[in-house]
Amino acid sequence: MNVKKVKAFGLRQMFLPMAVAAVLLAGCAAPPPPAQINDPGEEFNRSVHQFNLGLDTYILRPIATSVVRPGGGPVSQGVVNFARNLAGPTDIVNSVLQLRLGRAVENTLRFAINTTIGIGGIFDPATAMGVAGKDTDFGETLHVWGFGEGQYLEPPVIGPTTSRDLSGLIVDIAINPMQILLPPPDSYIGTVAGAASKVVDRGRYVETVDSILYGSADSYAQARILYLQNRRFQLGQTAGDAASSDQFEDPYAE
Amino acid sequence: MQNKSTLTRRRFAAGFAMGSVAFALPMPALALTAEQSQQLIDKVVADINAVINSGKDLGGMITDFERIFGRYADVPVIARSVLGVAAKSASPAQLSAFTGAFQSYISAKYGRRFREFIGGKIEVIDAQPVKSYFEVKTMVALQGETPFDVRWHVSDKSGKNLFFNIIIEGINLLASERTEIGAMLDNRNGDIDGLIADMKAL
Repeated sequence: MNVKKVKAFGLRQMFLPMAVAAVLLAGCAAPPPPAQINDPGEEFNRSVHQFNLGLDTYILRPIATSVVRPGGGPVSQGVVNFARNLAGPTDIVNSVLQLRLGRAVENTLRFAINTTIGIGGIFDPATAMGVAGKDTDFGETLHVWGFGEGQYLEPPVIGPTTSRDLSGLIVDIAINPMQILLPPPDSYIGTVAGAASKVVDRGRYVETVDSILYGSADSYAQARILYLQNRRFQLGQTAGDAASSDQFEDPYAE
Repeated sequence: MQNKSTLTRRRFAAGFAMGSVAFALPMPALALTAEQSQQLIDKVVADINAVINSGKDLGGMITDFERIFGRYADVPVIARSVLGVAAKSASPAQLSAFTGAFQSYISAKYGRRFREFIGGKIEVIDAQPVKSYFEVKTMVALQGETPFDVRWHVSDKSGKNLFFNIIIEGINLLASERTEIGAMLDNRNGDIDGLIADMKAL
């Protein structure tokens, strides 16, 4: 009897969000890419950008360049792999919420392979086996549910984002299965690994990031356009089909 | 119900017939083919691969990239496009000086990025028509990294088959350089001659 009760409860728990998602999906398709940059808080964002530049100049960049050499090495790769693997459960949850069940299966398989054969995710044998998985987040889930990107934002420490993606980040932290299932301090492992991974990437791609932050005439505007274009690409809003190509200009048409 | 489906079928057939006629007519606007676009990028990729595996120093590589850029890219159109509205008020002499400065600037900038491709491989995937031009998709595989997507927009509107935009993981050269050149021009209060001097000094 008890087992039955638990099962029924479990099913309902799983079914409800799916049903909600299905209703939302039926109501609205993923929005097309906006043609313009929506940045009403530009003045404030710019002042935070100066603060973030200071953080980079005096803290992040010095640490990253002293620990990681340009291009990185096997240890750097291990840190990045480990952090990405810990994000696996979040990827799985979001794939399901997006009703992308194929991706959910792939991300689950990837997490299982790398956690076991990949020794806790330090190595990435899954990619070599053809199970590359697909990074995702709740910001993308909101996109799939029909929410537009909203305003461009540059919060302290977090850096370039949009109001939709910032909401997504907050939800991702709240629904992270690691955070919920593990007791502290183990539950912080994902956050710590994520931060370490950011440091490694700052060191690995030092020249590229420097050229944007310190080599641009307007690093705020440059970071903004790079973030928005790359994010829209990640969300499949810039695939090369004719329907979504309007944002790419034809300089011969002028 | 019966009627409706017949109508749909007829409309489909008519549309199909019209499509065939359109294909049968000569289309001067689309003289460029997907195959030719892909061939152009095949050459660009072969040249870039040769440079990044040549073992030359950065200066030598940038000189080579500038040559590749000059040969396969429509530099005057790219330069005019990134200059934005300022291009309309510029004199022909200013425009020509800006184009020259831009060619060196962009070769050095992208040359440094392509240098990171050493030991990597660029592979041409396919080409498809987009509006009045073609998009050629390539994948860049670098050691220890997930392959990433680089697309090239190719047109023959200049009279030659040339590329006019590069899109790396969604980040397109025309848009990001318009932001950058626009900011440089603002720093000079809109003075194009000052902008050209600044670009040469970089």
